[in-house]
Amino acid sequence: MNSTQAISSAPLAVETSGVVKSFGNYIALRGIDLKVPAGSTLAVFGPNGAGKTTLIKILASIMRPTSGKILIEGLELKDNVELLRARLGLVAHQSYLYSNLSAWENLDFYARMYGLDDRSKRIGEVIDLVSMTGRKHDRLSTFSRGMQQRMALARALLHKPPILLLDEPETGLDQQALDAMWDIIKREEDGRRTIIFTSHSFERALAVCNDVVILERGRIAYKAQACTLNLDGLKQKYQECTAAVKK
Amino acid sequence: MKFWNSVAAIAWKDILSELRTKEIISSVLVFAVLVLVIFNFAFNLAPDLILQIAPGILWVAFAFSGVLSLNRAFIPEKEENCLEGLMGCPVGREAIYVGKALGSLFFMVLVEAVILPVFALLFNIAVLQSGLITVTLLATIGFVAVGTIFSALAVNTRAREMVLPILFLPVVSPVIIAAVKASAISLNGQSWSDMTIWLAIILAFDIIYLTVPFLVFPYVIEE
Repeated sequence: MNSTQAISSAPLAVETSGVVKSFGNYIALRGIDLKVPAGSTLAVFGPNGAGKTTLIKILASIMRPTSGKILIEGLELKDNVELLRARLGLVAHQSYLYSNLSAWENLDFYARMYGLDDRSKRIGEVIDLVSMTGRKHDRLSTFSRGMQQRMALARALLHKPPILLLDEPETGLDQQALDAMWDIIKREEDGRRTIIFTSHSFERALAVCNDVVILERGRIAYKAQACTLNLDGLKQKYQECTAAVKK
Repeated sequence: MKFWNSVAAIAWKDILSELRTKEIISSVLVFAVLVLVIFNFAFNLAPDLILQIAPGILWVAFAFSGVLSLNRAFIPEKEENCLEGLMGCPVGREAIYVGKALGSLFFMVLVEAVILPVFALLFNIAVLQSGLITVTLLATIGFVAVGTIFSALAVNTRAREMVLPILFLPVVSPVIIAAVKASAISLNGQSWSDMTIWLAIILAFDIIYLTVPFLVFPYVIEE
């Protein structure tokens, strides 16, 4: 039994069926069906406006779907939203951190929001994890984009979420910072964490993910296991999916 | 308990952030003091006439400085894209509303605590009266309660600085009118019983303004 088969038989961390999201007349998602086994990593590709960020925001319960059903660890999201938010971590385009507060103060604020017991210990751990110990009392406004992204990751990992949602986490990061970020993500939970991430980097996706989805105009245009794809094959599929819609 | 911990965390975060920048306090205080000084020079009135007009002047300063302050309640969250971070936390949207309202209440009470002595000095009126302080506190609670929800509504519009007073002032006007009337009674040295009706109006609106925004805030903030 290879690792992919083992993951496929694992219980589902995230399951969506018929998720639709519309903004007035504009339909951003048109019936998304996903099954993400616990402990697996799913990469979501798609051109700008395909609905990747909307999907992540809906899974993070920041946005409500217009229709459809979302199960997180077997529980319906809309009925258990506060419970399930504590099971989710989100790294988005923005850091969701306050520039006037220090790194420590920002994490302390979120630790209080998540109701963590031993706040100081856990904040120290995640700051150390993202190698920001030396700057922990500096204000966010003095940090570079890469440092802010590391702090965003620290914020997302603060409450040890079993499911991590990453929305184009590579934005603004160099190769070294990206490697460090994935190293941190993988290191903390010994590979037991479920990760759903949107990306434009095929190489990165194939290196870290189990499954691949290509979104196009709010629909899943392609779905496959990463082990069945190579880089050229994935690029080819992406071009086919996006070109088909353009025609 | 978790609800109130989150509320305290949000309010404390806003206060800490403001203490660092002093954006709200400095601009609002300058504005409020300017209003009092301009009115002081504009009306050169006899002492008995001052008591008739002073409550209105005081509440003009409170109301417009309050609008300035409330305008900033959600703007930092919007500018720093932190509202979604808050919305992703495992707390009800109501906790965000209460936390934001408490933060705004703190700033407004702080500004009022500075304005009142300046008002007393410029108009030569004794302001350390339990009646006036009670009216000010009760009216400020209603003002902030309804202002916070309009601030959340306005923050997603382009002309948010203009939208907030246009939407908010007509709604909050019953509280301001009642506060002006009750303040006048207090400053004129009349008894508590004379202002009962106005206090009752302020209290009734406080209850409405605390309940309705609490219920509708989750819908306001999400779409």
